[in-house]
Amino acid sequence: MNRIYFDHNATTPLHPEVKNAITGAMDTFGNPSSLHEDGREARALVEDAREKVAALINAEPEEIMFVGSGSEGNNTVLSMISCSGAQCGMHSPVHSQLVVSTIEHPCILETSRCLENRGIEVKRVGVDGRGLLRMDELEESLNSSTSLVSIMMVNNETGSIQDIPRALELAHGAGALFHSDAVQAVGKLPVDVKELDVDFLTISAHKIYGPKGAGALFVRKGTPFCPLIRGGHQEMGRRAGTENTLGIVGLGRAAELRALEMDAEEERLARLNLLLREGIESRIENIHFNSFPELCLPSTLNVSFLGVEGEALLLYLDMEGIEVSTGSACASGSLDPSHVLLEMDLPVEYSHGSLRMSMGRSTTEEEVMRVLEVLPGIVERLRKMSTAYEYDGSCR
Amino acid sequence: MSSWLYSDKVKAHFMDPKNIMFDDEGFEYDARGTTGNIKCGDEMTFYLKIDPETLTITDCRWKTFGCASAIASTSVLSEMIKGMKLDDAYNISNVDIMKELGGLPENKVHCSVLGDKALQKAIDNYYRSRGMDDRVHETESRIICQCLNVSEEEIEHAVLEGARNYYQLQEMTKVGTSCGKCEEEARERLAFYIEKHFGND
Repeated sequence: MNRIYFDHNATTPLHPEVKNAITGAMDTFGNPSSLHEDGREARALVEDAREKVAALINAEPEEIMFVGSGSEGNNTVLSMISCSGAQCGMHSPVHSQLVVSTIEHPCILETSRCLENRGIEVKRVGVDGRGLLRMDELEESLNSSTSLVSIMMVNNETGSIQDIPRALELAHGAGALFHSDAVQAVGKLPVDVKELDVDFLTISAHKIYGPKGAGALFVRKGTPFCPLIRGGHQEMGRRAGTENTLGIVGLGRAAELRALEMDAEEERLARLNLLLREGIESRIENIHFNSFPELCLPSTLNVSFLGVEGEALLLYLDMEGIEVSTGSACASGSLDPSHVLLEMDLPVEYSHGSLRMSMGRSTTEEEVMRVLEVLPGIVERLRKMSTAYEYDGSCR
Repeated sequence: MSSWLYSDKVKAHFMDPKNIMFDDEGFEYDARGTTGNIKCGDEMTFYLKIDPETLTITDCRWKTFGCASAIASTSVLSEMIKGMKLDDAYNISNVDIMKELGGLPENKVHCSVLGDKALQKAIDNYYRSRGMDDRVHETESRIICQCLNVSEEEIEHAVLEGARNYYQLQEMTKVGTSCGKCEEEARERLAFYIEKHFGND
């Protein structure tokens, strides 16, 4: 069966040219820290990749450090706040306050909870019904002891694009450093760190057709820094551990390709997104869109179906070769549906039946049409067996 | 498909669930029972046709707002109970269903309980409607922790949700976190429900 992959926000397939780059580097085994020729060859690959990643966001190469994943990048930045070392210049933990949004990725939310247990004060800023950060709440939460504000650039579940320039202005106005988890943004939207004055920014390779296990953290020159992984001089002493040369090569090539392909692709995806959205709207009743055009990534459409449980919907689609994800409780193994949708005040009868479809560079119009052909029948099938749906369109 | 999340039997029942209640079929039933609620993300209703002479289930239907595991396990259950005496059907546990299904991932076990709970409610409702109150099994769930009003049912639920030790149980239910007098009884119930639902592991 031809599979239709509509889950690009979860991960992406390798770009064929990224694959070529990685394959080409397969025999470069040297330790980039070694001084001999094998080492220098590997070092050259790593530094070349650093330049490419830097170029994608208009950073200086020395402002890019490689990490093992987006989650590691995010953990690195947040964990700095509990360091009281004079060298890194952050406030002492007793007075430190961290501000995050309520719709951050779990790697930010759980790390915040852990920091809270260690005595850091954490403020969580909510979002409105469209999933956009409440700027008035952010403003209120800031004070002179705020040392770090971390707001994601694009939400992974709904694709909502946050007003980072405004959040940044408020954070800097209060004297706090600003971090943005941009793993869903960089390579999909133009990001220029010369214009956008962020202090830290997280990038992930596998969201942009690169390999898993590689990411990058932008750390603006002169910004205080404290390593998460200690014990080595690698990455300017900021992250111990021998560099993952192959992953880094893949990330570098992926970044380079994104710069070339991104603009045209996003235009094409916006058209497909509209086709998908309007197609669902005209074919299926009692739905609620959780992604809003103009405010969200063109690749992402999150929609809820009244009276339908998301995991069952996902698995019936999977049997038709259509791969999506859901914010349903059952899919997460807990009793709570997606925290992002709950924060957007989506009624519970909708929140268990959400579907996230995220398209990418290989997505075609034919694929969108196939989804539109299959989806209504599956929704109807589940609604007919549902205790929570009556065919006059009401929720029991 | 190369591999699936669940066993082949779960998959088969999920793809082609048996005895679903479709409104247009006009299935006539003698009793129904509902459990769960939409807020928690799953709900189940069982409909039974019962021979009043022999107190035997002659036919059944069900409906659910539930995930793949709930659909598959209830489909299996609905096949198991046809021709069964009410009291025997009442005693089917989720361990029996699990055996029939060839297992479920542990975090999905709670979904499978939905079907047998709804069935038990339907059976009790049948007895009530026929004035056979002495046969009704259902009793108010006993309160174990008086301070924080934690019932037996909540402890069972926590076990199904993954509580395996007293600390986890306390995290999930707050049982015994005030005066602590109920600890012994709560520990006993915890062990009982772990054995009941996961004892065959």
